[in-house]
Amino acid sequence: MSALLEIEDLHIGFGALQAVRGIDVAVARRETHCLVGESGCGKSVSALSVMRLLPPRTRWSAKAISFDGQDIARLNERQMTRLRGDRIGMIFQEPMTSLNPAYTIGSQMTEVLRRHRGASRAEAARRAVAMLDRVGVTAPEMRLGQFPHQLSGGLRQRVMIATALLCEPELLIADEPTTALDVTVQAQILRLLASIQREMGLAVLLITHDLGIVARVADRVSVMYAGKIVEQASAASLFAAPRHPYTRGLLASIPVPGKVRKGERLGSIPGIVPRIEQGFQGCAFRDRCDHAAPECAGAVPEQRAGEGHRYSCRLPPGWIEA
Amino acid sequence: MRAGRLPLALGLLIVGFATLVAVFGPFFAPHDPFAQDLAHRYVPPAWLPGGSPAHWLGTDGLGRDYLSRLILGARISMLIGVSTVVLSGIIGTTLGVLGGYFGGPVDAVVMFVVSCRLAIPLILVALTVVFMVGSSLAVVVLTIGLLLWERFAVVSRAVTRQVCALDYIAAAWAAGCSRPRVILGEVLPNIAHHLVVIATIDMAIAILLEAALSFLGLGVPPPLPSWGLMIAEAKDYMFFKPWVIEVPGVALLVLVLGINLLGDGLRDLLGARTDR
Repeated sequence: MSALLEIEDLHIGFGALQAVRGIDVAVARRETHCLVGESGCGKSVSALSVMRLLPPRTRWSAKAISFDGQDIARLNERQMTRLRGDRIGMIFQEPMTSLNPAYTIGSQMTEVLRRHRGASRAEAARRAVAMLDRVGVTAPEMRLGQFPHQLSGGLRQRVMIATALLCEPELLIADEPTTALDVTVQAQILRLLASIQREMGLAVLLITHDLGIVARVADRVSVMYAGKIVEQASAASLFAAPRHPYTRGLLASIPVPGKVRKGERLGSIPGIVPRIEQGFQGCAFRDRCDHAAPECAGAVPEQRAGEGHRYSCRLPPGWIEA
Repeated sequence: MRAGRLPLALGLLIVGFATLVAVFGPFFAPHDPFAQDLAHRYVPPAWLPGGSPAHWLGTDGLGRDYLSRLILGARISMLIGVSTVVLSGIIGTTLGVLGGYFGGPVDAVVMFVVSCRLAIPLILVALTVVFMVGSSLAVVVLTIGLLLWERFAVVSRAVTRQVCALDYIAAAWAAGCSRPRVILGEVLPNIAHHLVVIATIDMAIAILLEAALSFLGLGVPPPLPSWGLMIAEAKDYMFFKPWVIEVPGVALLVLVLGINLLGDGLRDLLGARTDR
């Protein structure tokens, strides 16, 4: 089965900075693919490139970004506009700023349907109410007439999700959809996303830095570091046996209630993410890695550890048992 | 109502009253503002000795009723204020939004044009233009309107840049909006409240500028009663009959003060709302 979204060899650069250095990601239908990494590792721009929404004057290239067999990289702007919001939906990180303060919830939601589907005002409003109801917004009819500043953060994020889903997209790109929310609301939103995904058969590309979220919702995971995917595996395989030292470092830095004692230092990865410019060679993680060796400055081998589990490191698959 | 709202209320009152007078006043004026009556020149206002209830604010040097001229003058001042602001607002906002939205070379060009405009001495150019093509209401409006847009451009450029960085603009793109739709439908409504404040400031400036041009004899041509022109006509008598200069002067002062109060009040009010 070919995947719904396939990104092959994507490069993105801003000036001298190389933000993304040749990543491959495939998202199958009905699958949740998580892109994990620290801020600045290139995960958000990778997602934006799927929508072709990179800032102007960004250098980017890809062997292919294919969506349902169509090469997005070669579509013109008009075809792209038709795709956005209709077959590919997107939700953003900041529920506080991702709704336009100048319009009511209703006009922002119905706008999408009216543009893409040519729905009448009444029909669009009816659909919007049904969708708000579906995402668990109370009193949906009333919400249509409200402005974004009258809603709480969690409610706004629900409105965002409802808006993104109105046209029944096949792919939903969620860029840190729960980062700005309370933990309790976070859980509700994640549960909501999961149930809607099952119901609508959505493919989801979820971008996050929170491995707790990944563990909860992901089918497949790509761990990004400094513009490269350092490890890619099914969620089960990744959490059971992470191979890349960076992935292991990330997992080790999650505080577990009960296990971490007061006053004890939390796990962390020393150092900072390096700035990658043209001509950079070798493993970008080597300066922070406990297992760094002289050969890490050279070409990094890509290794396999079982079905669909790839990682980029000199260490052999079996090193974690040793 | 908190004390902070007082300037806004006062400004609203003054500007609202001036607007009403400008629109409807001339229909209720006690006399024809152009009718001369040389037998009754320089009749003082009704409350001064020698005043007559027939002319509440007295008459000017040609015996024309001062109140009626003041009322028609309000219409001309407001007309000039509003139309120049509309004209300069369109020019400045277009340039500013384009510069702020596209950035890069477009922005550089816009900022260069703004710098050029700032290097031009306003009064001097206005004088030159009016001197060359002759004065009429349209020439005054065009001249001032084509010169006053830089504040609109600078402010709309700055706030457009801010707004463009926000997620709802990205969300609009992600929802499949076209570029004109993003600029007109998403950016513009969110910078509008800044532009309203600029509009009030520029309106006050435009009215004063017109008065200055008229005072120099290069504004609205007589016998149209612009307030600046009334001041100009009265200047020879200001030491002997001070009220002929005081009446239009106070009117001008109050209107400009009212517009500025309105602008300040709106800025505080709308600023507070967007910060929430």
